[in-house]
Parts: sequence; structure tokens; C-alpha cells
Amino acid sequence: MFENVGEILLLFWRTVLALPLAWRQRQKVFDQFFEIGNASLLMVCVLSFFIGAVIALQTGPVLVERGLASAVGGIVGISLAKELAPVMMAILIAGRIGSAMAAEIGSMRVYQEIDALRTMNINPIHYLVLPRLLAIAIALPMLVVFSILVGWLGGALVAEANSHIAIPFQAFFANLRDIVGLEDVANGVFKSFCFAIIIGVVSCHQGLVTIGGPRGIGRSVTKAVVNSIILIVIFDYLLTRILLK
Amino acid sequence: MNSSTNNRSGVSLQVHGLRKSFDDEEVLRGIDFEVQPGEIFVIMGPSGSGKSVLLKHLIGLEMPDEGEILINGESIQSPEIAAKYRMAMVFQSGALLNSLTVGENVGLYLSEHRLKPPEEIARIVAEKLEAVGLKDTVDKMPNELSGGMKKRVAIARALVIEPQLILYDEPTSELDPISAAVISEEILKLKERIHVTSLIVSHDRDLAFGIADRIAVIGEGRIITIGPPDEVKRFNDPAVQNFLHADFQRESK
Repeated sequence: MFENVGEILLLFWRTVLALPLAWRQRQKVFDQFFEIGNASLLMVCVLSFFIGAVIALQTGPVLVERGLASAVGGIVGISLAKELAPVMMAILIAGRIGSAMAAEIGSMRVYQEIDALRTMNINPIHYLVLPRLLAIAIALPMLVVFSILVGWLGGALVAEANSHIAIPFQAFFANLRDIVGLEDVANGVFKSFCFAIIIGVVSCHQGLVTIGGPRGIGRSVTKAVVNSIILIVIFDYLLTRILLK
Repeated sequence: MNSSTNNRSGVSLQVHGLRKSFDDEEVLRGIDFEVQPGEIFVIMGPSGSGKSVLLKHLIGLEMPDEGEILINGESIQSPEIAAKYRMAMVFQSGALLNSLTVGENVGLYLSEHRLKPPEEIARIVAEKLEAVGLKDTVDKMPNELSGGMKKRVAIARALVIEPQLILYDEPTSELDPISAAVISEEILKLKERIHVTSLIVSHDRDLAFGIADRIAVIGEGRIITIGPPDEVKRFNDPAVQNFLHADFQRESK
């Protein structure tokens, strides 16, 4: 992975330079955006609900036992907003969308479709990478906001329904509002934007350097997902450190 | 390759001392030849002789280690010169974009470069598809087409560029004899209609001796002989004769 860092950065820079052409590619951006949302929304919903629910279930009884029931909403809220929703959704999207990007571009490379684009003077970065990167950079932060809200709802429902916690719905959210600020949500959304760039650039790069036949495409897909997840985890630490007050 | 020139006739092509190695393997070992404007020039040779690599150099998908490629006497290594002439390539597999319809594939060059309004593009696409006998396929997806149809769509896509030079990579490979004959006819018709220069890489002897003005035989990264089909047929070299007359004969019991 690390031997390709230079190539990945170069691809990112060339895509940034192509940003003025984004309006021309708006239809492709919209198509990719729709694909990401359509493919992921249900999974995001289920995953987020149960992540919120399980945090409430794990922390709730321990805190209630020690007389800290009023902290449950805040702990569930802040852990979802700042950490779990951005990281879990990024990993989910790396697996679901990053793999699809690497497979599609890799297959286009193997079957000479990218060569055909070049012979028509069509830059593959403008035609293939730019719309995908823009779409994921818009979609992932939106999915994370949705994930945070659904996760909070999951936590609140479990906190009320579970007899060991038994915190009313309103009390859970009142506590959440006391502790979680808009800047905490913004913090998570910013992280998810960075993760989206990582997934998009790594997956498109892996697709563009695919060699061989179907086995080569398979290898590219695996590398795209694994490398994206490793970089997400590393950048999660770095971003958390930078954003720490 | 884009162009602003209005010249509709074919261009000349000169290749001088072209060399290319991948790792330690020398694939092209000093290739020299010239193609005249409007000529159909076929490069033949066994698999692995460097034909496709040579073709990729001509269209700018590979850069040579040594040597130069000139179009009308101007080196195409300069992007301005490469952009000055209209070149198109028909890939062995057709290389149609599988996510686009046939019509979108054929009109891709015009739509991506915004050279014409959508209605004009639709008219040109219909015209080019009709020229290759596929006017009813405009809304089909590439995976609904046969191998021969895909290659004809690829030719239609190349025609949209109004090329001065068309490069064909194995245009008749994997095709039945009837489809191969149709493709050969299309190439000939194009020469007559728009006087385009055609460079074909193939190991199909019927195609080469049927339509070529001149043939070059390549072996182990070098040109072994160049000349009109009759001359190449008579060329007294064991490698050339083996390649041209290789045939399978079942031993009688």
C-alpha cells in the first residue's frame, strides 16, 4: 500500500485540478450519488440503529448502577457523533462502494475501455474519477448525519425499554442535548468527509492500476477495501488528535 | 485525438527506429516503415511478435524507449502535433463502454467534447451506425451484441472522429468467416469513401491478402519484409513462409 502513496496523492491532486469541470460532469455525479445512497441507505439504517442500541445497552446498566443515569444520553450521543458513526459508515462504504468503484474501473482498464477513452482524447480522471470522488464526498457526510440520528434513536429506545436502564425517552434526549453540541456533530461530519476522499481516491487508483484478467480485478477490489480501511483507522487517530480541544 | 484541421484525406505515417523494452524483455527492436496517405497497410506476425505494442505506440498509449513516429513528417510525441491530426483506433475487443448504450458509445467523442448539440449528435450517430449496417442497434447495450457487431460499432465510433488515420487491432479475430468478410469490406469501403489511411495489425492471412495495399511481416520485434501482397507471398525467408503457409493436416492412418 505505502509504495503507492505518491501515485495516490498525484491522482488526488489531478482530480482537484479537474474540479472546474465538475459542473460538466453533474449528471454522472448525480448518478453516482444516487447509486451510493440507493445501495447503502438501508444498511446504514440497520447498522446505526443497532450500534446506538448496543452502546446504550453496554454503558446504561453500569452508569445507572453508579447513579450516573443522567450521563447515558450524553455518552451514547457523543460516541456516535464523534467516532462510531463516521468510522463505521466509512468502513461500510469502503466495503460497499469502494469495492464497486475499484471493480468497475478495474474491469474498464482490463477490457481496454480506458485505453479507448484515451484514444478519444477523454481524460479518465475527468470522466471516471472526478464524478465518483465528488459523489462520495457529498454522500458519505450526509449518510453520517443520518446515521447519527438513527443511532441516537436506537440508543434512546433501548434506554427506555430495557429494565436495567429505564431512562425515559425525553430524559435521554435532554441529557444528550446538554452534552452534545453542534460542533461535535460537525466534527464527525468533517471526519467522514476526509474518509470519503480516502475511499474514493484509493479505490479509483486501485481500479486504474489493475492488470491481468478477472483475478487482477479481484485483487484490486480486495486491496482497495483493505487499504481504505487501514487508512481510515490511521487518519481517524490523526484527525481526532488534531480536532481535540 | 482531437483536431481543428478540416483536411478529410488520409495522412502519411513514418516510423523510425522504434525500440521498446518491458523490464528486461526487448519487445520492439528497431522498427522502420512508412505508410502512404490513403493506403491500407497490414502488419502481420505471429502472436507475441510485438504487433499490438507497436499499435499502442502509434496511438500514444505507450511511449517508445527510442525512435520516433511522424505523421505527415511531424513527430506525434509533441502533444500539439498529436492533437492536430485525427486518429482513431478499433480495439481487438471493440472496447465499447459496457455501461453506455450503442448510441452513447458511438456519440461519446462528440458529447464529451461538446462538439455538437444533442440532436446533431443523434443524427450523426444514426448516420455512422447505418454506414456499418447497424442502424437498429442504437438503444441496445453492448452485451446484447455479437462479437462482429461490437467491432462494427467500434468502427462507427471511430468514424465519428472523422479520422485521417484508423488503426485496427486484430479486426477479424474471434469472428466467423462471414462476419470477418463484412469487416474487411467495411475497411475497404472506408478507404474508397473517405480516403482514410488504415493500419491493420492482424494474423488473418485472408484479410491481409484480400484488402492490403502493402503488408509488413514482423517477427521477434523486427520487420522481416515489407511489400505488396504478391511480393510478400514470394519472399524467400523460412519464418515468413512458415507463417504464411502454416496449416494443420491430419495424418492419414
